[in-house]
Amino acid sequence: MSGILEVKGLTKRFGGLAAVDNVSFSVREGGISGLIGPNGAGKTTIFNLITGVYKVTEGSVSFSGSEITNMEPFRIADRGITRTFQNIRLFKNLTVYENVLTACHMSAKYSIPEALLRLPRYLREEKALRAKAEDLLSIMGLTERRDVQANNLPYGLQRRLEIVRALALDPKLLLLDEPAAGMNPDETEQLMRLISEIRTRFKLTVLVIEHHMDLVMRLCESIVVLNFGQKLAEGTADEIRGDPRVVEAYLGSGGN
Amino acid sequence: MDSYILGILMLAGINLVAVLGLSLLTGFTGLFSFGHAGFMAIGAYVGAFLTVSPARDVPGLGLPLVVGILGGGAAAGIVSWLVGRITLNLKGDYFCIATLGFGEAIRLVFNNVQRFGGSRGWPLGATRNPQDIWVILLVDVVAILLVANLVRSRHGRNMIAIREEELAAQVTGINVFRYKMVSLVTSAVLAGVAGVLLGDYLTFINPKIFNLTKSTELIIIVIFGGLGSISGSVLGALLLTALPEVLRFFEIWRLVFYGAAVILIMISRPQGLLGGMELTPAGIRKILAERRARQALRAEAAREAEGGSR
Ligand SMILES: Nc1ncnc2c1ncn2[C@@H]1O[C@H](COP(=O)(O)OP(=O)(O)OP(=O)(O)O)[C@@H](O)[C@H]1O
Ligand SMILES: [Mg+2]
Repeated sequence: MSGILEVKGLTKRFGGLAAVDNVSFSVREGGISGLIGPNGAGKTTIFNLITGVYKVTEGSVSFSGSEITNMEPFRIADRGITRTFQNIRLFKNLTVYENVLTACHMSAKYSIPEALLRLPRYLREEKALRAKAEDLLSIMGLTERRDVQANNLPYGLQRRLEIVRALALDPKLLLLDEPAAGMNPDETEQLMRLISEIRTRFKLTVLVIEHHMDLVMRLCESIVVLNFGQKLAEGTADEIRGDPRVVEAYLGSGGN
Repeated sequence: MDSYILGILMLAGINLVAVLGLSLLTGFTGLFSFGHAGFMAIGAYVGAFLTVSPARDVPGLGLPLVVGILGGGAAAGIVSWLVGRITLNLKGDYFCIATLGFGEAIRLVFNNVQRFGGSRGWPLGATRNPQDIWVILLVDVVAILLVANLVRSRHGRNMIAIREEELAAQVTGINVFRYKMVSLVTSAVLAGVAGVLLGDYLTFINPKIFNLTKSTELIIIVIFGGLGSISGSVLGALLLTALPEVLRFFEIWRLVFYGAAVILIMISRPQGLLGGMELTPAGIRKILAERRARQALRAEAAREAEGGSR
C-alpha cells in the first residue's frame, strides 16, 4: 500500500547535528495525518525537506508516484504541495485580497508581453483570477476583511489567511505547521472544523504538525511521532495514545 | 519655452526613465541596487557609438537616435542578465554590494577604453536638439505604461511577493530567481535607455557622469518617492531633479540643503512621499477601502473588549 507522499530514509544534518535521522513514513491520500513530537524533534525540518526549502542530506521524498527530492520549492508547489509556516509568513503589506490573488497566479498562463500589451488573454485570465480570489475569500469567511492589510489582521485570522493563500494554489497535499499555535480554545475548535471542511471541499490530503494533543488525537486518522530526529512510532490515535515509548518521550513529560 | 527650464524638464524626464526601472527592482521586487549608473553608462556609450557621425574624430555609425535607444537599452539588458546570473543567488545585502562593485567596475572600464576618450570623455559633436524633449516624453510614457502594466499582472504580483516574503513566495510556486531576473533586466534596459538619452542631452559623455553618486541619486529618488509606487517615482524624479537647480542660488551650500531636504522628508514620512500608494482613480479607491477596513476592524475590536470587560 503506498500513499500520496512517501518519505524514505530521510536524513538532514546541520553540521554534526542530525535534525532528521533516517525517517520513513507514508501519507495516505485524502486523509488527515499528524506529525507530532517534542520541541526540536525535527518536525518543521521535515516540512522544509518535503517542500524543497532545505536540501536533503540522504533519503528520498516522492509525491504521487514520482520523486521530488531536492527539487526547487516552486516546482514542488507546482506539483501540488503547499504549506503554512510555524511563524506566519504572509505578504504583510498587502491586503487580504491581494495575498490570495497573488497566490492564484498558477491558474493563469498569460505571458509577460501579453500583460504589457493588455492582450485579450491577459484580460480574460485576470478576470478569472479575481473571481477565484473573491470566491475563496467568501468560502473561507474572509470577505469582510478583504481590504485589511495582512499585518493588521488579528492573529487567528492571519493563520486562516495563510491557509487560504495555500488553497489558492489548488494543492493536492496541504502541510500545516502548528496551525493552532497562539489560538484560544474557541479559535482552535473553529480551526479544527475548518481543516476537516476544506479537506472534503477541496479534496485535499492534509499533514499537520501540532502541539495541541486533543486536536491531533481528534483530527488525525494516522499519526507519526518524532523524537530527536528519529521516528518513534506510527499509527492511529489510539495506538499512539497507548504506546509506552510515546508516553515516556512526549505525552508524559512536558507535552500538553 | 525658456531653454533653462526646458533643460531641467529634459533632465527630469531622463532621470525618470532610469528611476522607473529602479522602482521596479527596488520598490516592487525589493532588490537594492547601487550600480544602476553602470547600466546607464553602458547605454550611453553604446548609444553614442551607434549615433555619432562617422566623420567625427571618434567615429560612430551615424544611425538615428531610435536605433541608439534600442541598442543602448539592449546592451544594458544583456550585461544585466550576465550580472544577474552571478549575483541574484546572493542573499539581500550581498546583491546590493555586488551591484555597487559592478557599477564602479563599469566606470573604470570606460575610464580605460581610450578609443572612446577614456577619462577625458567623448564629445559627441551634435548640438542639443530641443525637439528631443518629445522623444524623452514619449519614452517616459512608454516606460510608465510598461511598468504599470507589469505590476498589475500576475508577473508583477509575483515580484511584489518576493519583496514581501521571499520564502513564502517560493512555496507559493513563484520562481524567485526568474522573477528577480526579469525585474533586473527590465530595470537595466530602462537605465540603458536613460543613458542614451543623457548622452544625447549632454552631447558629451565621460565615465565620471556615471559614478556612485549617480547610482545613489537614483536610489534616493526611488526611496524619496516611496517604495512600491510608480506615481511616487514620477513625483520624486521631477522634484529631486528640479530641487538642486532651484537651490543653485545657495551656491556651495546647495548640496547641503538638498541633503537636508531629503532627510527632513524621510523623517516626517519614512515610507516616502507615496510609499505603496498610487495617485490613480483605482489607487485612491484602494487607499479609501483600506482605511475603511482598518476602522471597521478597530471598531470591532473595541466592541469586543468592552463586551469582554462586562
Ligand atoms: N537552518 C538550521 N540550521 C541549523 N540547525 C537547524 C536549522 N533548522 C533546524 N535546526 C535544528 O534542527 C532541530 C530540529 O528543528 P525543527 O525546527 O525541525 O524542530 P521542530 O520539531 O519543528 O520543533 P518545534 O516544536 O520547536 O517547532 C533543532 O535542534 C534545530 O535547532
Ligand atoms: Mg517546528
